[in-house]
Amino acid sequence: MRKNLNVIAAYSIMMGLIILVGIFQSWNIALSIFNLCLISAVMTMGANIQWGYAGLINFGIMGYTALGGLAAVIISVDPVQEAWSAGGYNILFSLFLIIGMVLSVRYVLKKYHKSKIRTYIIATIIISGIIIIRFVSEPGIEAIEEINPAKTGFLGGFGLPIVFSWVVGALFAGGLAFVIGKVALGLRADYLAIATLLISEIVIAIIKHEDWLTRGVKNVIGLKRPAPYEVNLQQTDWFINLVEKFNSGKLNLISDLTERQSALNQFVIEGSSVFVKLCYSGLFLVVVIILLILTQKALYSPWGRMMRAIRDNEEAANAMGKNVVKQHLLIFVLGSAIVGIAGAMLVTQDGLFTPGSYRPMRYTFLIWVMVIVGGSGNNFGAILGGFVVWFLWIEAAPIGLYLVNLTTAGLDDTHFLKVHLIESVPYFRFLMMGLGLLLIMRYRPKGILPEKIEIK
Amino acid sequence: MDFLNASILLLNYIFVPALAYGSQLALGAIFVTLIYGILRFANFATGDMMSFGTMFTILFTWYFQSVGIGLGVLPTALLAIPFAVIFMIGYMLLIDKFVFKYYRFNKSPPVQLAMVSIGVMFVTQAVVRIIIGPSDRRFSDGEKFIIKAGEFKEMTGLNEGLAIKSTQVITILVTIILVSTLFWFLNKTKTGKSMRAYSDNEDLALLSGIDPKRIVMITWIIAGILATIGGALYGLDKSFKPFTYFNNMLPIFAAAIVGGIGNPFGAFLGGYVIAFSEILLTYAYKKFFMYVLPESMEPDGLIQLLSTDYKFAVSFSILVIVLLYRPSGIFKGKVL
Repeated sequence: MRKNLNVIAAYSIMMGLIILVGIFQSWNIALSIFNLCLISAVMTMGANIQWGYAGLINFGIMGYTALGGLAAVIISVDPVQEAWSAGGYNILFSLFLIIGMVLSVRYVLKKYHKSKIRTYIIATIIISGIIIIRFVSEPGIEAIEEINPAKTGFLGGFGLPIVFSWVVGALFAGGLAFVIGKVALGLRADYLAIATLLISEIVIAIIKHEDWLTRGVKNVIGLKRPAPYEVNLQQTDWFINLVEKFNSGKLNLISDLTERQSALNQFVIEGSSVFVKLCYSGLFLVVVIILLILTQKALYSPWGRMMRAIRDNEEAANAMGKNVVKQHLLIFVLGSAIVGIAGAMLVTQDGLFTPGSYRPMRYTFLIWVMVIVGGSGNNFGAILGGFVVWFLWIEAAPIGLYLVNLTTAGLDDTHFLKVHLIESVPYFRFLMMGLGLLLIMRYRPKGILPEKIEIK
Repeated sequence: MDFLNASILLLNYIFVPALAYGSQLALGAIFVTLIYGILRFANFATGDMMSFGTMFTILFTWYFQSVGIGLGVLPTALLAIPFAVIFMIGYMLLIDKFVFKYYRFNKSPPVQLAMVSIGVMFVTQAVVRIIIGPSDRRFSDGEKFIIKAGEFKEMTGLNEGLAIKSTQVITILVTIILVSTLFWFLNKTKTGKSMRAYSDNEDLALLSGIDPKRIVMITWIIAGILATIGGALYGLDKSFKPFTYFNNMLPIFAAAIVGGIGNPFGAFLGGYVIAFSEILLTYAYKKFFMYVLPESMEPDGLIQLLSTDYKFAVSFSILVIVLLYRPSGIFKGKVL
């Protein structure tokens, strides 16, 4: 108990802050911050597995997040039958062609020794494959995109409940990570960072511009929800009764019947959105707790010890007979898969998929700030980092506004400096993140909750 | 005649823009490579440092414009650049003193320095946005074109026009002057040679009496010059927007690695490799083939290898291929 005191203290302060937001701003804001904190926590757990356990630097978090989001679309949207009949065969055929291409490249790689001729053969296979696939898929893609472009214009998905996509998102992200890991894990740390950053940009470019699959920048809106809809809730009896019970104290003060009814209506509308957010919080909390248990178990298992040994001294671990390459690949895939879950959760919560909103600042660098600030190598630290940084990211604008008002109190309201500063309040969040990261890296390089290894 | 038309077409839409864009990338890539070679970390704040320098250029340009000082046909920004460079160097040295020096003294691993540079990136980005705002700004004035498409058509009687913007010519000229001075400095002067020695083998360089503090300072000064001029030229040619500059970091990194990171000449050529491949692969060649091929063989489609949406993806794919087959870059990296 005593050795975990700082963890408990840090988490209680964090919860207290969120509750303060609930009291002073609104419970709606507090809950939406909390939900995104939970999603960020999942992302940081993924990044923490890679960086904290194994010392692998992965700047491609944005790409996996987007793939998770894509999974949510593909799983939950109803299939567009017309599009399937118009271009489905072309797309499926191209898919087979891609698989055939990959298999033949693998065959060549296995069959022949490394030589110039082999490289040329592989290049020929890939280039001719791409040309053939373009010829096959082009008419299909055009046909699909022509079908009701204002509403669909894409293949749609499988029409399953969206919660399945959390698993599928993990599979997608893990699959991509497997390919990237095969290719890039041999690189040195900073090369790996740049390579993963650029590959994630390629992923985003594809998601943004392959309209037949994702609707691209036209966005997919109105995804199915795992939680009830506010509108439906507002008309269910049990929910209205519940709200009435909750607010009975306030309602009893109002004597006029019609006024009381309108007050109740107001409470029901507010309560419904809080209730929906609570549903999401519950779902997300389950995911976070399951992942936390699994990652904690892994950290203290022989496998976790081996990962730390590899992180701390690769050559020594290799000499002891540990397969460094294989373990790196494994942990790269696992961490990315967790990020993929977070991506699917994010889209589930928003109910829409907007490929244009995936930007490295928000989805890669911010997550890294969370991991570093929270404490890499320590799962509780990483989760705390997700909470703290996301909380500051959202509350930076109000805090910044307060600071600006404080420092420029002596100036006239129309003074150009004050107006300019108030206009630029949204950018104080970048300043805060940067300064926070620099200060933490300088004075507490292991993060708020540093890694500690217990030998049992 | 058709052949002439076709080559003018390529010149107009591919060669000139790619040369200008490549020069801008090349300056950024040399900046990245210098920092990597001498200070030994991947600087993720590259794009934002460039936007910081450009911001100063714009502020000075506005000041000069308001006072009424100009360069006539040339953009006022050219006059503002030297002043901006001074401020930028000050900023660079300040950052080094307060942020990077500590980690250099502690011999932190490169990854930690890269993380720190992310912190610098956040701060710089915030400062730029707070001072000048996130919106798109054009600050190019003076004569816009050297040759206008219409005039060219009249002059030569060809169907295709050739338009050359003055900013493109300025970009290319400034790059040539700057880069050749830099190479002269690195290869001929004593300081430059000691910089190369330091980059090549730090311990040996220290043993032979090279002052590391001086080397680091000069590196930041050169980096400041390159960042400001590179950023200002990009802003003159296109427009200044902090977000685009942040994104430009990616092709700049690609250029530096493709050329062999730590190798300034490689970075210089890498910039052009990236720029040309981006534009060559995403250009629609329909018109070109209409000129070259006989009428019966005229193409139906756009004859575009990749849609322009994938412009960025092209440079990254080149990078991935280079990393796979020649991790040290086209020109052997890590020798300054």
